Amino acid sequence: MKFLVCISKVPDTTSKIAFTDGDTKFDENGIQFIVNPYDEWYALVRALELKESLGGSVTIITVGGQADEPVMRKALAIGADEAVRIDAEAKDPGYIATQIASYAKDKDFDIVFCGKETIMYNNAQVPAAVAEYLDVPFISLATKLDLNGNTATIERDAQGGVEVVELQTPFVLSAAKGMAEQRIPNMKGIMAARTKPLNVVPAFDAAETTQVVSYETPSGKAECKYIDPENMDELVSLLHNQAKVI
Amino acid sequence: MAKTDLFKAPDYYQIDDLLTDEQKLVRDAARAWVKKEVSPIIEEYYEKAEFPKQLIKGLGEIGAFGPYIPAKYGGAELDQISYGLIMQELERADSGLRSTASVQSSLVMYPIWKYGSEEQRIKYLPKLATGEFMGCFGLTEPDHGSNPGGMTTNIKDQGDHYLLNGAKMWISNAPFADVAVVWAKNEQGRIKGVLVDKGMDGFSAPEMHGKWSLRASSTGELIFDNVKIPKENILPGRDGLGAPLSCLDSARYGISWGAIGAAMDCYDSALRYSKERIQFDKPIAAFQLTQKKLAEMITEITKSQLLALRLGQLKNQDKATSAQISMAKRNNIEFALKIAREARQIHGAMGISNEYPMMRHMMNLESVVTYEGTHDIHLLITGMDVTGIAAFNG
Ligand SMILES: Cc1cc2nc3c(=O)[nH]c(=O)nc-3n(C[C@H](O)[C@H](O)[C@H](O)COP(=O)(O)OP(=O)(O)OC[C@H]3O[C@@H](n4cnc5c(N)ncnc54)[C@H](O)[C@@H]3O)c2cc1C
Repeated sequence: MKFLVCISKVPDTTSKIAFTDGDTKFDENGIQFIVNPYDEWYALVRALELKESLGGSVTIITVGGQADEPVMRKALAIGADEAVRIDAEAKDPGYIATQIASYAKDKDFDIVFCGKETIMYNNAQVPAAVAEYLDVPFISLATKLDLNGNTATIERDAQGGVEVVELQTPFVLSAAKGMAEQRIPNMKGIMAARTKPLNVVPAFDAAETTQVVSYETPSGKAECKYIDPENMDELVSLLHNQAKVI
Repeated sequence: MAKTDLFKAPDYYQIDDLLTDEQKLVRDAARAWVKKEVSPIIEEYYEKAEFPKQLIKGLGEIGAFGPYIPAKYGGAELDQISYGLIMQELERADSGLRSTASVQSSLVMYPIWKYGSEEQRIKYLPKLATGEFMGCFGLTEPDHGSNPGGMTTNIKDQGDHYLLNGAKMWISNAPFADVAVVWAKNEQGRIKGVLVDKGMDGFSAPEMHGKWSLRASSTGELIFDNVKIPKENILPGRDGLGAPLSCLDSARYGISWGAIGAAMDCYDSALRYSKERIQFDKPIAAFQLTQKKLAEMITEITKSQLLALRLGQLKNQDKATSAQISMAKRNNIEFALKIAREARQIHGAMGISNEYPMMRHMMNLESVVTYEGTHDIHLLITGMDVTGIAAFNG
């Protein structure tokens, strides 16, 4: 089995977020980057588990610059066999998906794994777009994946319950919490990652489909108001007049 | 009782920018492992005064045992800064855990690697690297602590073997060690390194009890009563007091990083607590006296980080002197201990409970400020280095 896992870098969750270029760009200065947790903990680890039980290979792919290589090395240290970096600025989701699909097109991957979204932009568009461009089925929000030959059984979160689907490889899936458990790279893995191939591929021709007009950070949390449990009238009046929710 | 470990490492001077990607990967793996495996259990083991043996395998996996040893002997061939960063993360959890790793790496694997025969290296190092074998280092004796050169433990040549007699005290890892690197004098009064295997006739390693410090580390005595030592168990590469002292240099260097870990843990807890704890309608972080404490803590942590990092660069170039190592060990522990005390005060009464790590770190650091050369002995080392006059004998 050949597995492709899409990996992206995201700011550490405790980072202070700021913007540059007239609020159109994320300011990377002083930011510590980590592997997007959905990519690392769920997509990558499940791909590795399947490789370990069924044989095959796990390739990771990242669309980005050289600054993305540390997170790719981490994915290699966790156990991926090889890495591919498409040397292009990760612009919008359509652009990124075109890059990944163009690379994967003639490589016969059985499953393309993605995280359900990045914790940075939360677009959740790349996985579906990759599937569309590869013209293969797409399963979103997968929490469990088993393979029997070419038949995959997948559980996915559905509103208020679980949906179980079955399909044939090849396909693309986006992984959600529950698919696997985080693996901490061990020293053997870190040593092995030194010599694993990290291939840089030139960007494919593709157009940007959207442009960011501006970013802004959320306004600070409103102060918490305590209301005496005896005083329901005040609560109702505040909810109606001030919060305007009832 | 297991609680979520919210630790966030301070990096006030963007020292991360001076680390390589691999150094950060190694450190972050150790940090993640500590959060997952150590933080939830450490208080319990500390209270029980028990070394959490189930962590040995994981310590081997994250590279805590001899990370700078060549790969052919089972090491990870990491640089000295990576070694330091692993010690920092371990001591962030507990000085006892770091002690176990320091002893295994710098006091057991290091002398076997540097001064051992090829057969000794092949026999011991790969097993020590994974934790399949645990080792201890016997230098201190009941009557010889700061002055190890006065040791009375001795070996006598019996033709085809040696006879080892004497006793060592305060030996970390001794009760469960598979091999002890023991320093003993031969008939000429020359100090030799002796590999004593568990189970040798006449050798016992009883555990010492009643410690208020390093409770999650196991400490014992080594007692040698006419132990027959095969000749091939002597370290052939070096003798004299310089041999054990060079091991101490390596361990002390790691401890200078380790102390930063303990200090960071205390500071991190104090910073978070001071922003959450409200008194007089304000977070206590809003009071100038609290801010003074926090400001001094982060300043000293940053200075310690810079000392350790520069020392690591010198170690990587094989240029660090014993006196330079001594300075970082003394300074970083002195301030870690001060930070533990100040951080405990910021927590008020909560600071004395096992809900928070400061008391444990503080009590641990009382051992760390004593072993591997006491604070005062290190002052004398710096004093001798700058004046050229040794003051050890008064
Ligand atoms: C938990 C723990 C684990 C340990 N693990 C190990 C181990 O694994 N292996 C090992 O070999 N040892 C180990 N030690 C022993 C440690 O290295 C010694 O305790 C240390 O060297 C100090 O020796 P001492 O306790 O005999 O103190 P002493 O040497 O008796 O010192 C007592 C006091 O006198 C001062 N002093 C001594 N000489 C001078 C001088 N010339 N000038 C001024 N002041 C002086 C000291 O600074 C100290 O304050 C461990 C100790 C502890 C507490």
